[in-house]
Amino acid sequence: MLHLEFMRLAFGAGIVVGLLAPAVGFFLVQRRLSLIGDGIGHVAFAGVALGYLLALPLVLTALVVSVLGALSIEGLRARRRAAGDQALALIFYTGIAGGVVLVSAAGALNVNLFQFLFGSILTVTRTDLAVIAGLGAGALALIAVLYRPLLAVVVDEEGARVSRLPVVPLNALTAALAAVTIALSMRVVGILLIAALMVLPVIAAGRVAWSMRSTIMISMGIGLASVLTGITTAYYANLPPGGTTVLVAAAAVLLAELLSAPAHLLNRRAR
Amino acid sequence: MPVAVRLDHVSFAYDHGALVLRDLDLAIDRGEFVAIAGPNGGGKTTLLRLILGLEHPTAGRIHVSLQRRGYLPQRAQTPIDAPLTVRELVGAGRVARSRLLGPASRTDRQAVRDAIERVGLSERADRRLSTLSGGQQQRAFIAKALAAEPELLALDEPTTGVDVEAQEAIAALLQRLGSELGMTILYVSHEFGAVEDFVERIVLIRERVVFDGPPADLPGIWHDPSHVHAAP
Repeated sequence: MLHLEFMRLAFGAGIVVGLLAPAVGFFLVQRRLSLIGDGIGHVAFAGVALGYLLALPLVLTALVVSVLGALSIEGLRARRRAAGDQALALIFYTGIAGGVVLVSAAGALNVNLFQFLFGSILTVTRTDLAVIAGLGAGALALIAVLYRPLLAVVVDEEGARVSRLPVVPLNALTAALAAVTIALSMRVVGILLIAALMVLPVIAAGRVAWSMRSTIMISMGIGLASVLTGITTAYYANLPPGGTTVLVAAAAVLLAELLSAPAHLLNRRAR
Repeated sequence: MPVAVRLDHVSFAYDHGALVLRDLDLAIDRGEFVAIAGPNGGGKTTLLRLILGLEHPTAGRIHVSLQRRGYLPQRAQTPIDAPLTVRELVGAGRVARSRLLGPASRTDRQAVRDAIERVGLSERADRRLSTLSGGQQQRAFIAKALAAEPELLALDEPTTGVDVEAQEAIAALLQRLGSELGMTILYVSHEFGAVEDFVERIVLIRERVVFDGPPADLPGIWHDPSHVHAAP
């Protein structure tokens, strides 16, 4: 399998996304914003459509539009101009509707949009991989350097505000990281499924982890294993890689739930 | 004693609704341990949030001379179901006093250990918060606030859902910490029976200050805070 270049490129992109998506998703899940990835994914669709219309690189336009959408959601939420789910709904539907209109205006409705909606990791090029690896490594480094303040906001946002941590910029950074992750992951699992790769490994890890730090590390491990298993299974069973990857991550949640059940029972009795 | 907090003619309403606080005056000295009590909806939490800068007054002025502030919100927003350990919780509190980038320094790690020790949770430092009792969880949150070495510690109903014994233990702990560390402590509580023996001053709030003085001077009928509804 690895003698084929397109498979090597697919694994390369998959490794970056498998590590990055849960690392960013960790902060979203803890802030109970699990579905924000879905909302940004729909905005990314508008970005892809804009790329078609302006004949620009699609990852670039998706990246810019996703970051703007993510910052808009965070801005609406932070200013209490809309409840979190309302802000999400506004951006979510505006994104998908805008995408359809822009694709139509570009005369590209016949384009195979499926590759962006559900991923097309086997078509990743060397240039794609360079962009995904570069931006992905940068995003992971940023999370590592800012882990403590990001966690402080997750743990107690008002407490962080009172103690004068830069809460607004940190929340904006989290939203921007989510947008970058989604734009980079379009080719791997697709716009409609990327949120799953950000959330499911974190849910699974939370069942078996013993601390927040172990949660993020385990979730990255599960994300990586899901992508590698998903691509391999898809190759041999002739299945779509994006969907297969997400199903593997969902199976990891089920497995973690089963593994953690006895420990939960013991904990409840101990209390 | 220099003034830590001063409110002059402060009024407040949420979103142009009815006034929650009306023309309220209050001064709190540095190092005082003050209980702020009153009926539900009387404006206790709002008063605390105004002092902490989380809300802004509709009218009047607020001056807080203490820069380092610790806060325990009414209902901890912390995802208790998340596998957060006591050390991680307290470490999150320390971030405000440390550099933002990179790992915690040796000084920060020691400050976290000290804060955990002060509340008597050293042996449970690496336990998940969700496995602790209600009283122990509140001690962990107090340690989180202490880790930032606050000059002003504000607690909003810190003993809700905790048994009377644990309530008194927390009040005694706060009294000891206040005198050891020289902190000004504002303790909001619907029921102040558990803190009465430990605070120097009780402020009863119902839109405005209806009582302000030592617990011993509190009229008998007001020892049941529900009677503040009927107070003049």
